[in-house]
Amino acid sequence: MNRDSNSYTIIYAAVMVILVAVVLAFTSQSLKSAQKQNEDNDKRQQILRSINVKVPANQAEAKYNELIKDAYLIDGNGNKVGDAKDAFEGIKEGYPVFVANVDGQTKYIMSLHGAGLWGPIWGYISVNDDKNTVFGTDFSHQGETPGLGAEITKPEFSRQFASKQLFKGGVFKSIAVVKKGKSAEGQDYVDGISGGTITSQGVSKMLYDSLKSYEKFLTSKQ
Amino acid sequence: MGLLSKKNKEVLVGPLSINNPVIVQMLGICSALGVTSKLEPALVMGISVTAVVAFSNVIISLLRNTIPNRIRIIVQLVVVAALVTIASEVLKAYAYDVNKQLSVFVGLIITNCILMGRLEAFALGNGPWESFLDGVGNGLGYAIILVIVGFFRELLGSGTLFGVQVIPQVFYDWGYVNNGLMILPPMALIVIAVIIWVHRSRNKELQEN
Repeated sequence: MNRDSNSYTIIYAAVMVILVAVVLAFTSQSLKSAQKQNEDNDKRQQILRSINVKVPANQAEAKYNELIKDAYLIDGNGNKVGDAKDAFEGIKEGYPVFVANVDGQTKYIMSLHGAGLWGPIWGYISVNDDKNTVFGTDFSHQGETPGLGAEITKPEFSRQFASKQLFKGGVFKSIAVVKKGKSAEGQDYVDGISGGTITSQGVSKMLYDSLKSYEKFLTSKQ
Repeated sequence: MGLLSKKNKEVLVGPLSINNPVIVQMLGICSALGVTSKLEPALVMGISVTAVVAFSNVIISLLRNTIPNRIRIIVQLVVVAALVTIASEVLKAYAYDVNKQLSVFVGLIITNCILMGRLEAFALGNGPWESFLDGVGNGLGYAIILVIVGFFRELLGSGTLFGVQVIPQVFYDWGYVNNGLMILPPMALIVIAVIIWVHRSRNKELQEN
């Protein structure tokens, strides 16, 4: 057969593409449940790290079920609009709240979403039952520079947030991330990452924007 | 012809030094900058590229007598893209943490010049076994450079290796400071340039007049 003819070329390309599609679809389908499991456990690990509990991936589910007593989805006015499943999956519109019980004390965990230098950053922040004092945080990123912006995932960074306050005199202020040595007027602040200025600013903005959506929830007494 | 005849040995070992894809042919420099600020992603990237280049070489070599000449680059790209997608899906299912570290760079293996270079220059004209050895050789040649660069960048930039602190605290107490510049991409270029310098001074036949 003439390998340079148009019909050979077209048929060859068509068959090749269909074969590759079948192989890829099969790979994707057969690995899907393992991948979903990994993603869910990764998310559980992140949530647990925000209440200062560090567990390996294979124990994440058990520990999560043990510590997280309740979870629900709220809207901007603090009303519940979804159950635990909605809160974890994050498909339905709303802001998830996870209620944890650590050594008999209630902690509220909220999710954060923002932008870093190269892509999205996200995280979880937990507050004590006064809904003001930070208990712990955890940050993740998609593609920040290793060694610079990516350092936000390190405990050295997230640990700084503990016992900082979100409200000053009853007014929502959030927590600022500032250059080492600088300070922020009228609100609590932590040191940013040197060499990761844009990512640090992204974390600062993410905290303000995301927690602003929770303001009604945080000021409500129940 | 034995499985490891003299010629085949040359195909496998050549790319490790005298015909190295990164420091002699200057291919795949871009990803050598991107993933080498830490040693672990550099190593996983090296292994992934080795696997992809070896198997795509074999597949293209098996198909080499059927591929229509006018769309051969497209065929090569489709094969490479399919293999990279499979590699990325497998990493996601069985090595989730490492996959997270490599993030976009796994997908970018598709654009690695070494792959297209080997498919065009070798697999289209040689049998599957030789192509496999050629792929493994070139992948390892790439991996070695990545690991060397990653070693120096992580050691001097963060004071760690594989995330473990290796520079003792007393050094810092005496005033030693990690060189933040090592973490930035330009230093990867400079480290590669130094490797090329050393390599050429040891291999006179590579020096241009």
